Amino acid sequence: MDRMPQWADVVLIPLISLILAAILSALVILGIGEDPVAAVRMMVNGAVGSTYGWGYTLYYATNFMFTGLAVAVAFHARLFNIGGEGQAMLGGLGVALVCLHVPWPHWSVALVAAAISAAAFGAAWAAIPAWLQARRGSHIVITTIMFNYIAAAVLNYMLVTALRPRGSMDPATARFPEAVHLPTFQQIFSSAGQPLFRGAPANISFFVAVFACIAVWALIWRTRLGYEIRAYGHSETGARYAGISPFRITMIAMLISGGLAGMMAINNVMGEAERLVLNATEGAGFIGIAVALMGRSHPFGVFLAAILFGFLYQGGAELALWTNIPRELIVVIQALVILFTGALDNMVRMPLERLFQAIGRKRRDAGEGAPKPGPRSAQHEPEPEP
Amino acid sequence: MDFVTLIQVLDSTVRMATPLLLACLAGLFSERAGIFDIGLEGKMLAAAFFSAAVAAITGNVWLGLLAGVGASLLLSGLHGLASITFRGNQLISGVAINFLAAGMTVLIAQDWFEQGGRTPSLTGPGRFPPITLPFAESLAGVPVLGPVYSELISGHPVLVYVAFLAVPASWWILFRTRFGLRLRAVGENPAAVDTAGVSVVALRYGAVAICGLLCGIAGAYLATALQAGFVKDMTAGRGFIALAALIFAKWRPWHAMWACLLFGFLQAVALRYQNIDVGGFTIPVQAMDALPYVLTVLILAGFVGRAIPPRAGGEPYVKER
Repeated sequence: MDRMPQWADVVLIPLISLILAAILSALVILGIGEDPVAAVRMMVNGAVGSTYGWGYTLYYATNFMFTGLAVAVAFHARLFNIGGEGQAMLGGLGVALVCLHVPWPHWSVALVAAAISAAAFGAAWAAIPAWLQARRGSHIVITTIMFNYIAAAVLNYMLVTALRPRGSMDPATARFPEAVHLPTFQQIFSSAGQPLFRGAPANISFFVAVFACIAVWALIWRTRLGYEIRAYGHSETGARYAGISPFRITMIAMLISGGLAGMMAINNVMGEAERLVLNATEGAGFIGIAVALMGRSHPFGVFLAAILFGFLYQGGAELALWTNIPRELIVVIQALVILFTGALDNMVRMPLERLFQAIGRKRRDAGEGAPKPGPRSAQHEPEPEP
Repeated sequence: MDFVTLIQVLDSTVRMATPLLLACLAGLFSERAGIFDIGLEGKMLAAAFFSAAVAAITGNVWLGLLAGVGASLLLSGLHGLASITFRGNQLISGVAINFLAAGMTVLIAQDWFEQGGRTPSLTGPGRFPPITLPFAESLAGVPVLGPVYSELISGHPVLVYVAFLAVPASWWILFRTRFGLRLRAVGENPAAVDTAGVSVVALRYGAVAICGLLCGIAGAYLATALQAGFVKDMTAGRGFIALAALIFAKWRPWHAMWACLLFGFLQAVALRYQNIDVGGFTIPVQAMDALPYVLTVLILAGFVGRAIPPRAGGEPYVKER
C-alpha cells in the first residue's frame, strides 16, 4: 500500500489542479491590465450575490450537469465522447418537434415527453459513432467530432427550410405554445410579497438534472450494468474474459451518454429560449468535458463542478458587461481546468504520490522501532512432528 | 460552368486548400510519431492571431510569420509536455489547447487593439503579396494552358508554394531519411526504437515541433495572406477538416495533398454557390459543408478503403525499468 490515500485522489488533486488553474487565470487577468481581486469580487457578486444571479448560475449549471454526466458515463467505459455538443443540438431538435407538433394539455406531460424525445434524439446521434467504434473500429473521438459538425449542418438545414415559420427571416422555429412553458424558479419560489429569481432562466429542469445525477450514481455503482461498464473501462480484456460483451457495453454506455447530452435541451430550448435557435447549445457540450474531468467522473463531483462552471459562466457574463474583460476569459479558465485536471494530471499526481510514499515509509520506519512481532510469533510455532 | 468560371473555382480551391494542407502535414508528422493531435485548430488560431497582430504592429509580414510560428510552437511544447513528459491523455490535451487558443486570442486582441477581438486590417507590407511567376503575363494569351498557368498556378502568395513544396519535402523526410524512419518507427513500436538506443522522447518532441512549425505557417497564411487580419474563431473548424483529410489520406503525404485539394474544392464551391441544382434536385449548401465530415466518417468506418492509424498512436510511452 504505497499508493495515495483515497481522499488525496478524490479531493486533494482536483483542488490543487483548480488552484493552479485559478492562479494562471489571475495572471491572465493581470496581464490584460485588470485587477484579479476586483474581478473575482464582481464575479461572486454577479453570480451568487442575489437570487437573480443564482437563477442564472443554476440555469447554466443545469446544462453542464447533463453534458458533464454524459461525458462521465462514457469515461467510465473508457470512451471519450466529444460529441456532447452535437448530441445536445439534436436533443434540441427532438424537443422542438415534440413541443411544436403535439397539443399538450399541461407542461408536466410535455416535459416528460420532451425529455424522452430529447434523450432519444441525442442517443440516436451517439449511437452511430458507438456502432462504428464497436463494429468497425473507427476511433470514437474522431467520429464524435465529425458528428458535431454534421449535427450543426443538419440543424442549420432543418431550421432554414423545414422548421422556420413562413415569412420569418430568422433561422429559428416558431415560439412554443404557452402550454409547454416550464415553471421557472421565479414562479416556483416567489411569494406574493417577496419576488425571488426575478427574470432568471433557471427552471424546473434543474431538478431533473439533479435527479439525473442521482440516477447515474445508482446506475454506475449500484447496478450490474454499471459494474459491467466500469469493468469494461478498467480492462477490456478482463471484461471480455468475464463474459461482458464489448459491443453491448460500448453501445449502452454511448446511448446513455448521448441521451444525457440530448436531455440538456429541456433546459436551454424548452426552459429558456422556448424555441429552437441556431447554436442553442453555446458550447455547453464541450464544457461537459471540463466538468466531468474536474468531477472525477463521479456524479456528485459532476454536480459540484457544474455549479462551479455555472458560477464562472454567469460571473464571466457580468465581467463582460461591466469591465473590459471579454467573455472569452471563461473559455481560458475552462481550458486551464481541462489542462490541469485532465492532460497534466500526472504533473500534480507524481509529486504527491512521491510525498505520500515518503510519509508512508517514515511511518513504517517509526513502526520498526517498536517491539517486533516477527521473531516472537516464531517462538510460538509448534514444533515439527517427529 | 464555362472555362473561366472553372479556373476561378479551381484558383479558389488552391487558396482554400493551402491552410488545410499545411495543417494536415503538421498532423501527419505528429501522428506518425504516435502523438494524436486534435489541437491543430488551436495552434492555427494562435498563429493566425499573433502573425496578424505582429504584422499590424511592425508592418512587416515576415516578423508576423515568425511570431505566429513562435506561438504555435509554444502550444506544441505544451502538448508535448502534457502528452510526452507527463504521459497525459493526448486527446484531452488537444481539447484544452483548442480552448486555450480560442480564449486567449480574443482576450489579447481586445487588450491590444480594443476592436472587439480582432486585429486592425492589414495593408501593404503587412500582408503576403501575390507572386507572379516568370512568363505568366506573356503566356496568358495561350489558349487553355495560358490561363491555367497565369491564373491558377501563378499569382499566389509565397506560402501557397511553401505548402505545396512541403508535400514532397515531407514525403522525402518521412520515407527517405533516417530521421523519418525512426519517426515512423516511434509511432508504430516505440519500445523497439528505445531498444535500439534512440530516444523516444526526443523523437516525439521533434515531431511535435515540426507539427507546431507547419501549423504556425498555416495560421499565418490564414490571417496575412488569405484574409487581411485576424477575426475571432477565424480557423472555423479547418483544423478538424485537416484532421479529416489526414485520415482520408491514410497518413500519407501525397494523398494528403489530394484530400486537401478535394476538401478545398468543396469549400470553394460552397463559397461560390449557395445551392446547386443537379437535374432539378437542389443540393443545399449545408450538405456541402457537411460532406468532408461525412466522407471522413465513411473512410474511418472502412466502407471506402480502410484507414489504419499508426499503431502506437495516442499511447504514452513508459520506459521499462
